[in-house]
Amino acid sequence: MPSPLSGPFRRDRFFQFGLLLVALVIGAAVLAPLLAPGGPYTGDPATAYLLPPSLGHLLGTDTQGRDVLTRVIYGARISLAVGVISQVVASLLGVTLGLISGYYGRRVDAIIMRFADVTLAFPTLLLLIAVAAAVNPSLPVVFVVIGIVGWAAMARLVRGQVLVLKGAEYVLAARALGAPDRRILFRHLLPNVRAQVIVAATLGMAGAIMAEAALSFVGLGAQPPTPSWGSMVADGRDLLRVAPWVSFAPGIAIGLAVLGFNLVGDTLREAFDPKLRTER
Amino acid sequence: MSSPLVEVRGLVKYYKATGFLARKAPPVRAVDGVSFTVGKGETLGLVGESGCGKSTVGRTILRLQDATAGSVFFDGSDFLALDPAALRQARRKLQIIFQDPYSSLNPRMNVGNAIAEGIEIHRLAPRAEIPGRVAQLLEEVGLDPGYAARYPHEFSGGQRQRIGIARALAVEPEFIVCDEPVSALDVSVQAQVLNLLADLQARRGISYLFIAHDLAVVRQIAQRVAVMYLGRIVESGRTEEVLARPAHPYTKALLSAVPVPDPETKRLRIILPGDPPSPSNPPSGCAFHPRCPDPDKDERCTTERPVLRQIGGIEVACHHAKVNR
Repeated sequence: MPSPLSGPFRRDRFFQFGLLLVALVIGAAVLAPLLAPGGPYTGDPATAYLLPPSLGHLLGTDTQGRDVLTRVIYGARISLAVGVISQVVASLLGVTLGLISGYYGRRVDAIIMRFADVTLAFPTLLLLIAVAAAVNPSLPVVFVVIGIVGWAAMARLVRGQVLVLKGAEYVLAARALGAPDRRILFRHLLPNVRAQVIVAATLGMAGAIMAEAALSFVGLGAQPPTPSWGSMVADGRDLLRVAPWVSFAPGIAIGLAVLGFNLVGDTLREAFDPKLRTER
Repeated sequence: MSSPLVEVRGLVKYYKATGFLARKAPPVRAVDGVSFTVGKGETLGLVGESGCGKSTVGRTILRLQDATAGSVFFDGSDFLALDPAALRQARRKLQIIFQDPYSSLNPRMNVGNAIAEGIEIHRLAPRAEIPGRVAQLLEEVGLDPGYAARYPHEFSGGQRQRIGIARALAVEPEFIVCDEPVSALDVSVQAQVLNLLADLQARRGISYLFIAHDLAVVRQIAQRVAVMYLGRIVESGRTEEVLARPAHPYTKALLSAVPVPDPETKRLRIILPGDPPSPSNPPSGCAFHPRCPDPDKDERCTTERPVLRQIGGIEVACHHAKVNR
């Protein structure tokens, strides 16, 4: 296959910008201890209480005297982890159930899809809040819950694709050769839905980052003093008039990270969509 | 032809309407009682216009779709009644080649793996010998053995069709359903693929069910031909006889539509009025009667369904068919 990232997409401004943002998030997460001026938990409220941005503290300090820039950099770790883990969970569940649903059809399909409908019928955030509140709020719970909530959209996507593909002549040819279902599912169907799954997971990362931020903002995600962007925004919400940097810095980080993953996801979708490509 | 290789008896395929709004709708009778035989090393052409059920016949024979009724005798047993384990074994003897050279190959599987698939499934060769087999097969269908590592999008329609043929040949079939294998190709490429199919038949003694809508193509490759209209066979016999002296008015109309490469030839074009009727609500009596141009058409045509009968070496389902008309 020609790489979908070749040709016009490499020069696409939006894609480049998105890629830059995603690279920044990944870079910050991986290199946090090297990039950050201090530790995420170290700070002395007596000497560094709510200092405005300066050369010593580029983004200022919070009420505990901790460096905001440091905490924003460390916060990338949590956001990235939420994005990756939740989408891995969503993809594993969604792809498996979507393949089964689309390929076997009939009753299996009806049952799986009704479960998907039920999942999708809940307002996602409300469901997340309900689940997070029911069990002890903690980050691992948030990772998994966001992933589980994401299975339904992924399963629908995969199922729809499989419904189209299972009538393709190469699938019929494989059946005529006597290929067992396992082989048809993994060698013929899965490789042909992979691109769509990657796109959906990339876009899903953006959603997961926002969901985690929202949960942490209301106190149902990361617990203090963990440097999560969502809880950092919450920390500063009463200080907006006196120390806006405390909320603004993590807020802008959330916005840019979400924007980055969305731009990359959108470009990938266009790249993989055969209708938008001139050659087959 | 003493005992046929494949014998299809009373094949029926109805599509039931599903969904709660359509529960009362009559089933679509795609195939409505089709019987024929194919001898060893023989080609039977199955012709008819779009929607007459000819592709469905091919697919139900191979159990790519479930038949509603009927049987397909192959190798002494009913292929349609085999249990799953026996079916998987038997599948390799009956293969299919498709019309669309674009959708017939998995875009994400290289050609070598596509051809090797059948060999792997049926363990026809030790793993180490598979690349050699694939190379042989590519050569047999007239392609460079070095193409094995390439992907389908790197090939032309004709080349893809050859790859599809190699994939079917890999499991050493005795019978191949060719589902309009050349209709999507340029005329020059059509001839090459037809020649390849004929060569393979001569070399390996394979039998074909050759599905087509183009009588000129069938004339080239099939020893016998069966003409379908609305899910049933209306005429069948040796190709040269049917094409020289068609007995059914539908066959006559089909034949009159075949272009003749001589502008001087004066010939009668029979233009059928109307469209083919819906197979969910076929006309009473002879399904062809509303469009039939035969001057002898009468009351009986609208009430009594004609059955296939022998007329001068041809089987025809028409009340008014006569010898040598």
